[in-house]
Amino acid sequence: MKTLKISFLTLLASLFIVSCSSDDDNPDPVNEEEVITTLRLTLTPQGGGANVVMLSQDLDGDGPNPPVVTNADLTAGVTYNGTVQVLNELETPAENITLEVAQEDDEHQFFYEFTGSANSSFAYADTDGNGDPVGITITLTAGTASTGNTLTVTLIHEPIKDAAGVSNGDITNAGGETDVEVTFTYNVN
Amino acid sequence: MKRFFIIVALTFFYSGFSQDCNNIFLGELIDFHDKTPIIGATIYIKTLDKYTTSDIDGKFKIENLCNGSLTLIISHVGCETKTLTYEINGDIYKLIDLEHHIEELNEVSIKTQGNKKETLTAQETIINSEALKKYSSLSLGDALKEVPGVSSINTGNTIVKPMVNGMHSSRLLIVNNNVRLQDQEWGIEHAPSIDINSANQISVIKGSGALQYGGDAIGGVIVINPVRVILKDTLYGKTAINGQTNGRGYNITSSLNKTFQSGWFANVQGTVKQNGDFEAPDYVLTNTGINSQGFTINGGKKTFESGFEVFYSYLNNEIGILRSAHIGNIRDLVDAINSQEPFIVEDFSYDINSPKQEITHHLAKALYYKRFKNFGKLNLQYDYQNNQRFEFDVRVGEDRDTPALDLNLQTHTIMADVVLDANLKRKVTFGFMGRYQNNFANPDTGVRRLIPDYDKYDFGVYGTTEWVINDDLTLDAGLRYDFNRIDAKKFYQISRWNERGYNADFADIIIDDLGTQLLTNPVFDYHNISASVGVMHNLNDDSYLLANYGLSSRPPNPSELFSDGLHHSAARIELGDLRLNQEISNRISLTYNLSKSKFNLNIDAFYNRINDFMYLRPSGIEQTIRGAFPVWEFTQTNAAFFGMDLSTSYAFTNNFQWSNLSAFIKAKDTKESQAIIDIPAFNTNNTITFTKPEWNNFSASLKSEWVFEQNEFPDFNFETFIASTNETILVDISTPPPAYHLLHFYSEATFPISKKVALNVGLSINNLLDTNYRTYLNRLRYFADDLGRNIMLQLQLNY
Repeated sequence: MKTLKISFLTLLASLFIVSCSSDDDNPDPVNEEEVITTLRLTLTPQGGGANVVMLSQDLDGDGPNPPVVTNADLTAGVTYNGTVQVLNELETPAENITLEVAQEDDEHQFFYEFTGSANSSFAYADTDGNGDPVGITITLTAGTASTGNTLTVTLIHEPIKDAAGVSNGDITNAGGETDVEVTFTYNVN
Repeated sequence: MKRFFIIVALTFFYSGFSQDCNNIFLGELIDFHDKTPIIGATIYIKTLDKYTTSDIDGKFKIENLCNGSLTLIISHVGCETKTLTYEINGDIYKLIDLEHHIEELNEVSIKTQGNKKETLTAQETIINSEALKKYSSLSLGDALKEVPGVSSINTGNTIVKPMVNGMHSSRLLIVNNNVRLQDQEWGIEHAPSIDINSANQISVIKGSGALQYGGDAIGGVIVINPVRVILKDTLYGKTAINGQTNGRGYNITSSLNKTFQSGWFANVQGTVKQNGDFEAPDYVLTNTGINSQGFTINGGKKTFESGFEVFYSYLNNEIGILRSAHIGNIRDLVDAINSQEPFIVEDFSYDINSPKQEITHHLAKALYYKRFKNFGKLNLQYDYQNNQRFEFDVRVGEDRDTPALDLNLQTHTIMADVVLDANLKRKVTFGFMGRYQNNFANPDTGVRRLIPDYDKYDFGVYGTTEWVINDDLTLDAGLRYDFNRIDAKKFYQISRWNERGYNADFADIIIDDLGTQLLTNPVFDYHNISASVGVMHNLNDDSYLLANYGLSSRPPNPSELFSDGLHHSAARIELGDLRLNQEISNRISLTYNLSKSKFNLNIDAFYNRINDFMYLRPSGIEQTIRGAFPVWEFTQTNAAFFGMDLSTSYAFTNNFQWSNLSAFIKAKDTKESQAIIDIPAFNTNNTITFTKPEWNNFSASLKSEWVFEQNEFPDFNFETFIASTNETILVDISTPPPAYHLLHFYSEATFPISKKVALNVGLSINNLLDTNYRTYLNRLRYFADDLGRNIMLQLQLNY
């Protein structure tokens, strides 16, 4: 019985030791990884000329502030070589997540969807190891002069690349989950 | 005192004639716990091979004893048989304690594994081991549905959270072997860390009547008890092997129990379970497997007068979550809702990939009790729990195998209580509880913490009493006070801090400014009062009424206070609120029970009014670089729940029985005049059972489960603009799925193998007709159908 009492006292004592030993150290902030804050689409006119940059930046991630979108206008009849970049600007220097996407290109695909009377269009200019498109580089045809067109760029993780239409850039059957979805508004002059 | 003088006088009188074989033994038998005489006990005088009995005063006399040793074996109905040896040298008087109320008073049993209720006047239902064995390969939440009014809220089919009268998570207390489970129960996708096979008996108590376990049981208390200790020299055990077609799963569970008449005991129990991908009628539910290992050991010595117990349980669960349920944004959710089938359907596999959960729960406890003559019993208990939760999301690159959530919750609890039961008709219990809890959120996940680091301190005192007024009327009452302090260290994004208006109200809790985020130190204290009064009235030999009123108070849990971020599987941003205060429940319940030889009826009715009821409601839409997300924030309102649970059975013949379990509940947000979300619809289960004891205890039953469509739900649908198609669409997340009807079959028989060994064979077929259905209370209902047909075979060896 005596040993029992002692073991109880030990248990009680350990409880207090544990409760008192919780130090006042502050927790470390989380170093957020694989967060995408920024999508930058750089369009280079094939005939030469100044680059057109469309940018969407959301520095507070899931926070309440909406992304800051920088729109740009296109020139009618011009075809552009496009390169998309996704960045984590919470880190300094900014982490280029496009590299990770390129490394695991069979599990990722960018989609480009247009609305408006410009009838803009795009074509994939790259492929993954299986010959399926990735969409880090594209060619984009501006179409005819008009205002208020939109371009939605979507990055899908683990899309079903062999589903109907997906390799042509149709997102409908792609499945997977959306990592980025940004919409730019542009005029074609 | 008078008696003493007589004895002294007698002793003097006889001492003069004291010779070798002329001694007298005068014994008096009294009840240990209340000092009443024990009448009619059999006293076997071993040395003389003679019997005598105790008289109306509990006394007995043995004459003509020789000097030397005398051995008495005293037995009485309902008492533990006692063997005593005395050295006789002259006349002798002995006061002998026996305990006549072991079954009523104690955790030890001298008979069998009787069912033991936890409460007197609360709505309590017991599920015994016989009923539990069917659920060996399933979960606690599945087994509890044996009780009308208990349903579950699921994430898929392996994460099953019990729901009592429409309430779940923090509103239910789960008590495992007298230890309140601390396993991050706040989350809907956090299933209770219990191996159903470690339970021997489960009590479901609706409402807050069981104050000894806590004052915040707004929904109810689930008490899980392991096997009771029998005071007998025996070794017994059982082993069950289950195989099932759906998920191609198996599980093996085994237990061994050793008890001694002296009170020493040891039990071990272990379970291993594996399931691969489950299947809906039309497709494989990819990545829904589960791996589970658990064991419990306990041992100690329990006698009527004192005892101790040490107990340890371990449970490790690796649970896959339907791959298609991992979505990125609203458009994915819309696509999933519109698609009849999940996007990802692969061939069957035992592999469990992300998204998945890995949970390890350790529970250790030490208990000591001592009973004092004519007073009562003192219990002391310490317990420690360690709950480690990893959640793995679908991630890319180096982070692929890094958990997105890594929380470690440690809890220490000490409890002491005194039960004054010298007068069984006026039982009083006092108790005290102290608890310290620490949560650590590992920052190495690379994902902002969902729940912050915190220390929590709880302190509770309570008193309860039971009064037996007469044979037909019993009252009980209880009062409890709890103090809770939560002391957290939480990072807030400055944009969120300001948007919530915390910059105005909580500026004083900021301890560090890191540029884009703030480190804050919220410390909140809560004082809670809870109470309960009840009455049990026997109307006649066949029926009784129970009435109970319960007041309970629940402080906000860490999720309600601190949630802050994107919930992937729900595609929504969930926000806690630092301004929340306790919710207070006033619950009135009434039960009518009728037990005839062929007909049984139990009606549980209740009304539960909850002020400042905490719940998640949508409050707007926020744009992020992933797309638009609805924001759901924790808020408070007033709510009223009422309902009725019905249990009926009728025996047509000795072989055929019909039974019905039905539950009906309505829940209203009285401030907003709308329904409360996630309330089970009316459901009714009819079972026809055929039993034939002559055929190796054969029984077969067919069960019809009919769940109606929930017509009362809040409309939390919202519109979202799909830029790519230039249209605005309605996202219907609120409409419940249609009603469904399922048939289940169960059959069993027991074959004796030898004198002590019996083999029980059980065959069950769930969803006999392979019906397609979705349930309102399954969070994955947007993504896939529920399970198709499942044929299970169970072999259980009892030895």
